[in-house]
Amino acid sequence: MQMTDFPPALILLAGALLIPAAKGRLRWILAFALPVLALADAWQVITVGAESHVPFLGMTLNPVHVHPATPVFATVFAIMVLGGVLYAFNQKREHELPAACVYAGGALGVLFSGDLVSMFIFWEVMTLGSTVLIWSGKRDDSQGAGLRYFGMHAAGGVMLLMGIIIVVSQRVQAGDPDPLAFRHFESMITLWSTLGWDSAGMWLILLGMLVNAGAPPFSSWIPDSYPQGSPSGTVILSAFTTKTAVFTLMTAFAGVEVVIYFGLYMAIYGVVYGILENDIRRLLSYSLVNQVGFMLVGIGIGTHLSIDGAAGHAFAHIIYKALLFMATGSVLWATGRSKMNQLGGLYRTMPITMWCLIIGGLSISGFPLTSGFTSKSMVVQAITDEAARMAALGQSHTYLIITWILFEAATAGVFIDACVKLTWFVFFQKDSGLRPPEVPWNMRAAMIGFAAICVFLGIFPGPLYAILPYQGEAAEYAKVVYSVDHVMLMLGMLLFAGLSFFVLLPLLKRTETITLDIDWIWRRFIPKFWHDVATPLLESLDRAQKTVLEWLPSRATEEGALPVQVRRRLPGTWAVSVPVLVIVLMLLTYLVVYFWLLPRGGA
Amino acid sequence: MELVHKNLPALIVVLPLCMGLITSIIGRRGLGWWLAMGTTSAVLAMSVQLLVNVLESGTQTVTYVMGSWPVPFGIGYVVDPLNAAVLLIVSMIATVVTLYARKSIASEIDPRRLHFFYALWLFCMTGLLGITITGDAFNLYVLLEISSLSTYTLVALGRNRNRRALTAAINYLVLGSIGANFYLLGIAYLYQVTGSLNIADIHHILTTQVFPTWSTDAPMYRTTVFVGFALMAVGLSLKLALFPLHGWLPNAYTYAPSSVSALLASTATKVGAYAFIRVLFTLVGVNFAFKLLHTDTVLMISAGAAILMGSWLAFRQTNIKKLLAYSSIGQIGYITLGFALGNVNGLTASVIHLFNHALTKGGMFMALGIVAYRTGHTRLQDLQGLGRKLPFTMAAFTAGGLGLIGVPLTAGFVSKWYLVSACFEQGRYEMAAIVLVGSLIALLYTWKVVEAIYFGKRPEDAPAIKEAPITMLVPTLLLAGASIYFGIDASTSSRIATAAAKFLLGVGP
Repeated sequence: MQMTDFPPALILLAGALLIPAAKGRLRWILAFALPVLALADAWQVITVGAESHVPFLGMTLNPVHVHPATPVFATVFAIMVLGGVLYAFNQKREHELPAACVYAGGALGVLFSGDLVSMFIFWEVMTLGSTVLIWSGKRDDSQGAGLRYFGMHAAGGVMLLMGIIIVVSQRVQAGDPDPLAFRHFESMITLWSTLGWDSAGMWLILLGMLVNAGAPPFSSWIPDSYPQGSPSGTVILSAFTTKTAVFTLMTAFAGVEVVIYFGLYMAIYGVVYGILENDIRRLLSYSLVNQVGFMLVGIGIGTHLSIDGAAGHAFAHIIYKALLFMATGSVLWATGRSKMNQLGGLYRTMPITMWCLIIGGLSISGFPLTSGFTSKSMVVQAITDEAARMAALGQSHTYLIITWILFEAATAGVFIDACVKLTWFVFFQKDSGLRPPEVPWNMRAAMIGFAAICVFLGIFPGPLYAILPYQGEAAEYAKVVYSVDHVMLMLGMLLFAGLSFFVLLPLLKRTETITLDIDWIWRRFIPKFWHDVATPLLESLDRAQKTVLEWLPSRATEEGALPVQVRRRLPGTWAVSVPVLVIVLMLLTYLVVYFWLLPRGGA
Repeated sequence: MELVHKNLPALIVVLPLCMGLITSIIGRRGLGWWLAMGTTSAVLAMSVQLLVNVLESGTQTVTYVMGSWPVPFGIGYVVDPLNAAVLLIVSMIATVVTLYARKSIASEIDPRRLHFFYALWLFCMTGLLGITITGDAFNLYVLLEISSLSTYTLVALGRNRNRRALTAAINYLVLGSIGANFYLLGIAYLYQVTGSLNIADIHHILTTQVFPTWSTDAPMYRTTVFVGFALMAVGLSLKLALFPLHGWLPNAYTYAPSSVSALLASTATKVGAYAFIRVLFTLVGVNFAFKLLHTDTVLMISAGAAILMGSWLAFRQTNIKKLLAYSSIGQIGYITLGFALGNVNGLTASVIHLFNHALTKGGMFMALGIVAYRTGHTRLQDLQGLGRKLPFTMAAFTAGGLGLIGVPLTAGFVSKWYLVSACFEQGRYEMAAIVLVGSLIALLYTWKVVEAIYFGKRPEDAPAIKEAPITMLVPTLLLAGASIYFGIDASTSSRIATAAAKFLLGVGP
């Protein structure tokens, strides 16, 4: 392995080993230097277009490969680690930094995986890192949430692995020269023609990736687990898992229609649950689902512009979502509270946090002059372009129009949720009497830096457009991004949404509530069902069985007349009689199989 | 040196046998351990040499005739890639565990009888190595009994810590003897038909003289041969502890002394699996056993049930040693499933899992032995919070647990990869699903233990304990490290396993 094809993921993973060993200042030097090194290495690999080949189990893995979407994701991941480290600088949590390194290293590894096996390995590394990160949050329910998170992702990982094995063995049988390659599944594009056994592998891979993206019915792991991280842990958590899933979906399933519907569901789901939510960090988790939904819509449309839009939106989203989590994390850090009904009036003492939250909120709503506008409007444009193209061809494009309407409605909804509502209830509304001081310098610096990126990319989107998968397409779009109708439509919609918030304010006042979600089924309903319905049922069956197997025969013998205590119980693992009986039965089984299953008529 | 080299296949069995006798006579005052250690190391060196010889020889076999009596009249030892690999597993694990056993066993049995322990230990090795290397079906039975008899005694030695070891041993003795006798009876039936006891010779006679006529002219032979196979299959399934004939295993492993559990779990059932593979593929032949007799159907159902039931029962245990024992039943299911599939990938999975599981489970039993050494128990509540007290030991245990689940970059992943690909190759999707469900259950039971280790709180009034003595820790870490190493760099282990699989199926190197 030469220096040109060194996997950037290994730099961060090495950090996970080095950082615990380092003490004091060296620890932080390492923490800042490693993401910078990883970024430098990533760009070095990207410019050279390096490949690397590692033999494994008689196959050749390719852990260094540049996909079209790799540059933009790798860049933002590295920036994200830097920002997260800066934000966490004053916090003393032993396991958080190494876990974050493992997590981000895994994510970076997925971006550069040229084959399905290395992709899967890094995918699992990511799961391990993030689980530890949730645990190290040490909040009330961190342990349980981490466990549920791990279970969910382990199940998703099993689906992914099974899908990969099926796909690889199908490719080997079809004589594919590179059966392991991680590439676009062309044959999946139309939904209904591919529902069959031969596409089971691809469906499993799609499902495994959708679990990580937070698609229904798996959306609830995001609001369940992310709010359980520490203030800095959640900032890191918000960035990688879902966006890595977006990256892999973009690489393997671009243009697959069914992804649009998953995306739309998520976009609506995030808004609805967000409006009902009281906890500030859970609210942001719901809006995260909503935003990933937008990206999935872009991926499902599958034109160059929509892919660019989804990738660009992922970049912008990671930055402003981290900014929002930093701001809410600062509120939590300063006050120890995260419920909206317990907060309010903080504008007096935390102005910097407030302004950063507002900038993040405007970005997530796609307000002009913020990064959300320059990236999300690209997806909107792609939807209308595609609808126009299909209309010109005389094809049915109703679903695209519906997509467009729902998409814009969700955009307005997220403005109410993550911008107006959050700012209003945390910093204004009633005076909660809290006078917390502003957070330490490093947390402020991280927030201001990320806010600056949001505004910069809103005014000069050029540098972002230049690293998107299809730069040419994006460069064309750059000319029309600030056209009058774009800006007017957006402003009108957002103003109307903002107005409606204050009109409906009495209805939106938050109280101590818990919102029911699909996860109620497996967290409450199934255990309850098992305990209250299934167990009694099984027990009653057991009684019937005992009657048939023990009571009846015992009546038939003399022993039956003896009192219950004297009768011998069924022997447990210690008796020899049962195993011997089983031996005889096995012998019988073999003989039956040998003599009866034999094909007649000889060899 | 030339003499040693030439008689390597015989020496590998004779040396531990003679040393066992010597140890029982002169092995007092700690000398026993030195004799055992020296012998196992020498055997390890010999088995490495044998493996190299086999892989380098053109025919991939090394044949040795006892006392110059030509086969099939005398006893022949045949070494091919498969049993060379198994020899290596047995001798390697035995060496590492012997190193570990010194401190461990001294705390578990009467010091005045230590030399008998080491003598039995060497006899057990003699049996295991002999089963593996012999090319003679009857000789295999004799060696099976040597290893079994010494194993029963070794299990019973756990009585000082828990009297139940005696019951477990007698239980094992009864069932093990039935198994061995079924096998012997099977051999007798085949002898009646073929007049030979040499494995290769029996196969030759069966394929050339009995099979062509079995359906029409010789109905008598047909019944005899079928019943013989059925007896052998049941007998070997018992030795292998294949579900539902696993009854003896959990208690025997749980109540045996720590080092005996480690040795048995990683070698005894593996040798049983080897003997089964040998009978199916070399003695009977895959065409006859699978395509005509559908042995594979029975085996696959057993294996599937073993994976699900073994893992599930493991999940329900609170004694962690018993948990590992039940998990072994599940792992035996994976091994059996591999060879029941009957293709190259499946056999490779079997052979590589013999190796990987020996490392993984051996390391875990040894780590648990350290817990028993320090706390006196192996219940779940005794492991609470030990992550801080015994960091290295518990790290080794966790690494093993990850291997049982089959997490990537552990040896367990490599086995499962081959196994699942083999299932798909044969179109056995339901078996692949069972393998994956088994992994999920393994996740549950490993998690249960790991949670106690790292998140549990050690009771305030518990006595202070420190990390294990170095002679116990190093072998444990060695096996745990190896189980990770062979997950990252599987080239050597998969090359040997593939060679063995291809040799068995006769599809060339």
